[in-house]
Amino acid sequence: MRVSLTINGERHEADCWEGESLLFALREKLGFPGSKNACEQGECGSCSVLYDGTLVCACLVLAAQADGHEVTTVEGLAEGEELHPVQQAFVDAGAVQCGFCTPGLVVATADLLRRSPDPSDDEIREALSGNLCRCTGYAKIFDAVRAAARS
Amino acid sequence: MDVLTPTTLVEALRLKAEHPDAWAIQGGTDLMVALNFDRARPERVLNLNEVRELRGFTRQNGSLRLASGLTYAEIEHGELRDELPALAEASRTVGSPQIRNRGTIGGNLGTASPAGDAIPPLAVERAEVECASVRGTRRVPVTDFITGVKRNALEQDELITAVWLSPSRAPQTFMKIGPRNAMVIAVVSLAVAADDELRACFGSAAPRPVLVTAPRDEASSFPERVAEAAAPIDDVRGSERYRRHALRVLTERALKRVLA
Ligand SMILES: Cc1cc2nc3c(=O)[nH]c(=O)nc-3n(C[C@H](O)[C@H](O)[C@H](O)COP(=O)(O)OP(=O)(O)OC[C@H]3O[C@@H](n4cnc5c(N)ncnc54)[C@H](O)[C@@H]3O)c2cc1C
Ligand code: FES
Ligand code: FES
Repeated sequence: MRVSLTINGERHEADCWEGESLLFALREKLGFPGSKNACEQGECGSCSVLYDGTLVCACLVLAAQADGHEVTTVEGLAEGEELHPVQQAFVDAGAVQCGFCTPGLVVATADLLRRSPDPSDDEIREALSGNLCRCTGYAKIFDAVRAAARS
Repeated sequence: MDVLTPTTLVEALRLKAEHPDAWAIQGGTDLMVALNFDRARPERVLNLNEVRELRGFTRQNGSLRLASGLTYAEIEHGELRDELPALAEASRTVGSPQIRNRGTIGGNLGTASPAGDAIPPLAVERAEVECASVRGTRRVPVTDFITGVKRNALEQDELITAVWLSPSRAPQTFMKIGPRNAMVIAVVSLAVAADDELRACFGSAAPRPVLVTAPRDEASSFPERVAEAAAPIDDVRGSERYRRHALRVLTERALKRVLA
């Protein structure tokens, strides 16, 4: 089926199999491999995108459901060559090791800071509770979130 | 596979009547996992996301009508928080922000898992599930709607359209045991409310929810009564004995909160 949606402000169309997820469509059909595919069951958050402005797991949205909707992926955060403040903070804080979790965490952090520009540690913990990282132990990720909030 | 996307309730019910085998999808947080892992290959999926009548909530003569597409995030952050405190507490424990932004109460009832976190708080408020088809609508108490593990009382041509309740305004609370504060399938959960009577309902401790009630002055025997009403099993998340014990302890703690 033909699915037509807005990704990072631009209209896109793809032929999708009816049972495939938005994540699969983004990565394999639409040329947006930034959102990562790990668990496909909503547990890891590496596929996090903004869907009509709310944070969701793209692996749990049926591509067909996204027809006519708006998606912001990690690719849509930077302004040209200039990194989004959250991306820059992740780089500066050393919050990236293998980097697999990073796109999801960056999108989730951007979403948090938009809603709550100066979050408490509890708020950060809560907002990122759906994103798993196997490498960093989270301390540097917290540093990055706090730094992004300051910038 | 075919995806049908109605934009009105009338159209949705007509499609469900024409294709009784179609699986409804709302937030997809249960159904997509089944699709991604090839555990389900429905011929047809009925996407209810574009049906405006299935979103949000409305009031009618002191009753609340929570549409089936109401999300945990909407319950947790909106004005329902004050009217349905136990349901709001339960909503806050569901999955993660990503899951709460998509997951719905209709989907929780559709899945009918014994661990469904919306179910105990709805049961202690004596909520009723509105089931609709082209033949008409009917209301079924939540505790009768769930008929067993992953089974509910829906007819083939019916959809869950709403949950009805009259907020009791009783002091009430929800508790859930699990290894972490997020992303936890309850080992056991419990909702308790107290006005003239004590009401409790548990999750992950029986194949279907049971509403346990007692007069208010029988608070001291209530924890035992709740534990006895459960029919827990041994599984990877906990043992039968642990679950019954936990229910006793949780009920005591919940009573301290709601009778304070
Ligand atoms: C990572 C993760 C964590 C989770 N954590 C929790 C948790 O802590 N607590 C908890 O209770 N659940 C949890 N869940 C399960 C799930 O999020 C909930 O059960 C949620 O309420 C499902 O709602 P949905 O709208 O996403 O359902 P969907 O997946 O859209 O549908 C679920 C089922 O209900 C049926 N259905 C949906 N709408 C209707 C309707 N209107 N009429 C008839 N049938 C319908 C569908 O056909 C399907 O069988 C979790 C899931 C994930 C992936
Ligand atoms: S791939 Fe979507 S949450 Fe893990
Ligand atoms: S940096 Fe490797 S998973 Fe987070």
